[in-house]
Amino acid sequence: MNGSPSLHNRLNLAVRDIPRSGIRDFFDIVTTMKDVISLGIGEPDFDTPWHVRESTVFALERGATHYTSNLGYLELRCALAGYVEKVFGGVYDPESQILVTVGVSEALDLALRALLNPGDEVLYHEPCYVSYRATILFSHGIPVAVETRPENGFRLTRAMLEAKVSPRTKVLMLNFPNNPTGAVMSRADLEDIAAFAQKHDLIVITDEIYGELTYDAPHRSIVSLAGLRERTIFLHGFSKAWAMTGFRLGYACGPSELIEAMMKIHQYTMLCASSLGQKAAIEALARPATDIGEMVAEYRRRRNFIAGALDDIGIECHRPLGAFYAFPSIARFGLPAKDFALKLLHEERVAVVPGTAFGACGEGFVRCAYATSLDNIKEAMARLKRFVGKL
Amino acid sequence: MDEILKILQDNALESRETIARLLDLPAAEVNRRIADYEQRGVIRGYQAILNEDKLETDKVTAVIEVKVTPQREGGFDTIADRISRFPEVRSAYLMSATYDLLLFVEGRTLREVAGFVSERLAPLEGVLSTSTHFMLKTYKRFGVLMREKSSDERLTITP
Repeated sequence: MNGSPSLHNRLNLAVRDIPRSGIRDFFDIVTTMKDVISLGIGEPDFDTPWHVRESTVFALERGATHYTSNLGYLELRCALAGYVEKVFGGVYDPESQILVTVGVSEALDLALRALLNPGDEVLYHEPCYVSYRATILFSHGIPVAVETRPENGFRLTRAMLEAKVSPRTKVLMLNFPNNPTGAVMSRADLEDIAAFAQKHDLIVITDEIYGELTYDAPHRSIVSLAGLRERTIFLHGFSKAWAMTGFRLGYACGPSELIEAMMKIHQYTMLCASSLGQKAAIEALARPATDIGEMVAEYRRRRNFIAGALDDIGIECHRPLGAFYAFPSIARFGLPAKDFALKLLHEERVAVVPGTAFGACGEGFVRCAYATSLDNIKEAMARLKRFVGKL
Repeated sequence: MDEILKILQDNALESRETIARLLDLPAAEVNRRIADYEQRGVIRGYQAILNEDKLETDKVTAVIEVKVTPQREGGFDTIADRISRFPEVRSAYLMSATYDLLLFVEGRTLREVAGFVSERLAPLEGVLSTSTHFMLKTYKRFGVLMREKSSDERLTITP
């Protein structure tokens, strides 16, 4: 072993060839700067509800510090079954169809690893969460991106999917409400996608981490549609709606055969999700409406504010209907998204994330998270206005 | 509750223009509703929330439980109104259970508050007894924590 070049060659090829997340590079620049207002933070600015934190401390005092069942505490899975049925319309058996994971990220990784053989294709839509493509590649799958566009609200259509499906397609991944676009799907949209999945006999993985955060109409889950639950792995967690990102607690619901396969990987690699995180989740499920309701109302007001402010500045933005992101088009300023974001950062100390971090078709867009205080949003919009006035 | 009131309760200084934008309403509608709330007395006033422990002023706050005799006409309201009119009384509530009225009374010194209780409050016709507790420290007022300045622990950019 003499030095890094030879070590580099010893890396697993999939890992070696995947670039670091574009967000990571940007983060490294932002952290060197002072007085930056960040619209780049993809997590709630609210604190985890106090009753959840308090009961986690109690759980620690009581000694809930041991391994749990691989699937997660049964008490938690029972509570999850009730919640998922009520909020998302999916009925699952807590004994065999729910697996508690280390965030949705682990659940997604498990689902893909449990399903994919080398060469299997996975349809997913871009712009999307930064890890999807990498997670597919790590599972030896072939990522096939479908581009969504602002003209139809960044929604996914059957026609887009039909153009990309092949005999090797095995999995369709969905993420609505969407990070980074804020797009949501209507029931009719989902019915089209469901028919497509059935026709091509695909397994659907649906990441609905932002499911509670919709502002103009209630969220619809694809698992509420007849016949879809049997071919779908539903992913959800506590990070966004309960502001519990650091707890790292997610879960997967699906047919027993799939959950059993995912559990095997989880068992041998992770063993179980954090016992304290699970205790916190049990408490979080005790009164979701109270916890989430006020946060959603606040996000809605900020969404209205940022959409209005962007409009005033003359920056075109499709109206975000869910999650907590606006995804405005900055194409008319003639700068690539990364240059726009860097220039905005250096000249006005406002951090936004270049759309290209979420896939090549994010070029011409930036992501502005409104999970930050209204004062910050106001100041950021004032600076943005001054910035584009000079371009 | 109207979201306008919720916003004003959190920050009464929020501009009408911002409120309009937050709620996706015309500014004229926001102005009209606020004027209506003020006129109908739904909004009784606007105040700053002070952390008085940080002020160098001498002030004593007492929480006083009062037992009273309700009157044949007017019930508790007559005596409660009479007590509430003293400027020393900052807040007054009718309570269930072991006493009737709960008062928050302010004075410059302990002696001044004691004087108010013994000379003004206790002798009032209809007041049966009082029990006075002096406040030592404020941890939270009107939903605002007084001791903790919240800090953002989040990384500046996350996916």
